Amino acid sequence: MTMISETQNKVQPEAQVHVSRGYWQTVWRNLRRDPVAAVCMIVLALIFAGAIFAPLLTRYDPAVGSIVSRLKPVGTEGHILGTDEQGRDMLTRLLYGGRMSLLMGTVPVLLALVIGGSLGTIAGYFGGRLNTVIMRAADVLFAFPSVLLAVAIAGALGAGVGNALVALTIVLIPPLLRVTESAATQVRALDYVEAAQASGAGSLTIIRVHVLGNMLGPVLVYSTSLLSVAIIMAAGLSFIGLGAKPPTAEWGLMLNTLRTAIYSQPLVTILPGLFIFLVSLSFNLLSDGLRSAMDVS
Amino acid sequence: MNTPVLNVRDLVVEFKTEDGAVTAVNKVGIQLGQGEVLGLIGESGSGKSVTLRALLRLLPERKSSISGIVEVDGRNVLEMSDKELRAYRGGETSMIFQEPATAFDPVYTVGFQISESIRNHLGASRAEARARALELLKLVGIPSPETRLDNYPHEMSGGMRQRAMIALALASSPKLLLADEPTTALDATVQIQVILLLRELQRDLRMGVIFVTHDIGVAAEISDQVAVMYAGRIVENGKARDVLKTPHHPYTEGLLSSTVHGAKKGETIDAIPGMPPNLADMPPGCAFAPRCRYATEICHQEKPELETGANGRRVACFHALEVA
Repeated sequence: MTMISETQNKVQPEAQVHVSRGYWQTVWRNLRRDPVAAVCMIVLALIFAGAIFAPLLTRYDPAVGSIVSRLKPVGTEGHILGTDEQGRDMLTRLLYGGRMSLLMGTVPVLLALVIGGSLGTIAGYFGGRLNTVIMRAADVLFAFPSVLLAVAIAGALGAGVGNALVALTIVLIPPLLRVTESAATQVRALDYVEAAQASGAGSLTIIRVHVLGNMLGPVLVYSTSLLSVAIIMAAGLSFIGLGAKPPTAEWGLMLNTLRTAIYSQPLVTILPGLFIFLVSLSFNLLSDGLRSAMDVS
Repeated sequence: MNTPVLNVRDLVVEFKTEDGAVTAVNKVGIQLGQGEVLGLIGESGSGKSVTLRALLRLLPERKSSISGIVEVDGRNVLEMSDKELRAYRGGETSMIFQEPATAFDPVYTVGFQISESIRNHLGASRAEARARALELLKLVGIPSPETRLDNYPHEMSGGMRQRAMIALALASSPKLLLADEPTTALDATVQIQVILLLRELQRDLRMGVIFVTHDIGVAAEISDQVAVMYAGRIVENGKARDVLKTPHHPYTEGLLSSTVHGAKKGETIDAIPGMPPNLADMPPGCAFAPRCRYATEICHQEKPELETGANGRRVACFHALEVA
């Protein structure tokens, strides 16, 4: 061993160094190449764009109908997707309804992500008694079936979009709390966290850089799948009269008011449901695609 | 010995378990001069790594307690506030880990992680930190350092990662470098390169180094001073040449004769019989007595103290002279 000369330690030239693109660039590339995920992204983009630019896409008012043209079938001239029970243009109602439905589906997930995510990160990183308090409190909420809990909270607070948002947020916090807590707990025990501590990083730096950086992937996948659940729950609350109120256009609410016409105009009746289904399914499949796109090593 | 960079006295580390406290490190004392290398040798579970972590106070505070004196550059580490401690970790004292594969965060580039530490300690701007990181990668002999800065850890080989880890540890010119078996996870050829690199850097930068290893050959290669740990205690300590050539403690003797180095084919290697004691259930006397062939009545009843002999040699054994 003592015979080794110092020359061995000199830098050896290397043929070629592979320069990689960043992790997220790779994920994005994988996602685009996945046909299912790509279709889902296109569907979602179209539906979101339709909702956002609704006033530019249709000349009708979503709240004004005409008694003479009630329940026209799909394909009627001037009303491509027919009219509803008050003679309002279905396409217009669906586009405007998307605004409310997508809002009610996405905002609670974002709010729950912020609240549940920070609590979960704190609980997971610091552990101990703090963890016990936060996680047992979440378990209390977890004990109820989520839809039932949302209905109960929204019912107690009274009907309305704001209250429905609050109810949905509360229901979505525990699952996100659990996911972030377990991710943070795992990262906490890894060598690079100890290495970061050994090089003088404080708790805030470690949480900001290492914990958040490493749990972003799984949390993103999970949140996307929660979006598909939240869309259905939001529409459900409106359907039973705890969310949006008439004459607001909202997919769940539209399903409810069109319910009576199911035998005369079945195609028109199921249109709002079709949109709920499409959005929910797309988020769900996108979440799967995202999971496999992130599986790079 | 020149001005000590590290002075450890009566270091005791206890872990709180459900069955009461377990003493993982017991009254350890270390004196390390500037630019001196201490090889800390022992079996797994002898308290080497715990000792290193205690020097940085890296052990989980809720589950462990550290007492004694740990002075680095004249300041007691155990009395530092959280803020002082953050400046000290990676500032005066840095650490290199056993597994370079897991000591880097996989989602960030190596350059980012080195820069982060530099910005943390020196308050440098992004560009300055990057320039310094590049300098460090050159210093540790990484080829094409400019491109390597933007590599993710998984794009590097084990040896390269360990070099990058060393670069990270050198970020703010530490006075004391703690190396926790830095070569164990590497290939034999790469091991030697990393050891030589460390030796070279240590000489050039006048760093004190504690090099934890269970490989006697590695310890002989790099150390000025050697300390042998057994069951949480230092049982023998002295100049590397003296200790490894003429061990005074039966355990050191056993360690030396149980290496494969130099043994001819077919020759029996003297392995130390038995297992290290359970730290939660220590024998009343010398911890090594049950496995020791020189053990007598007194060894099983009393604990031998670490006595200082000639030439700064310290041995904790009732029969030290007989062994010699």
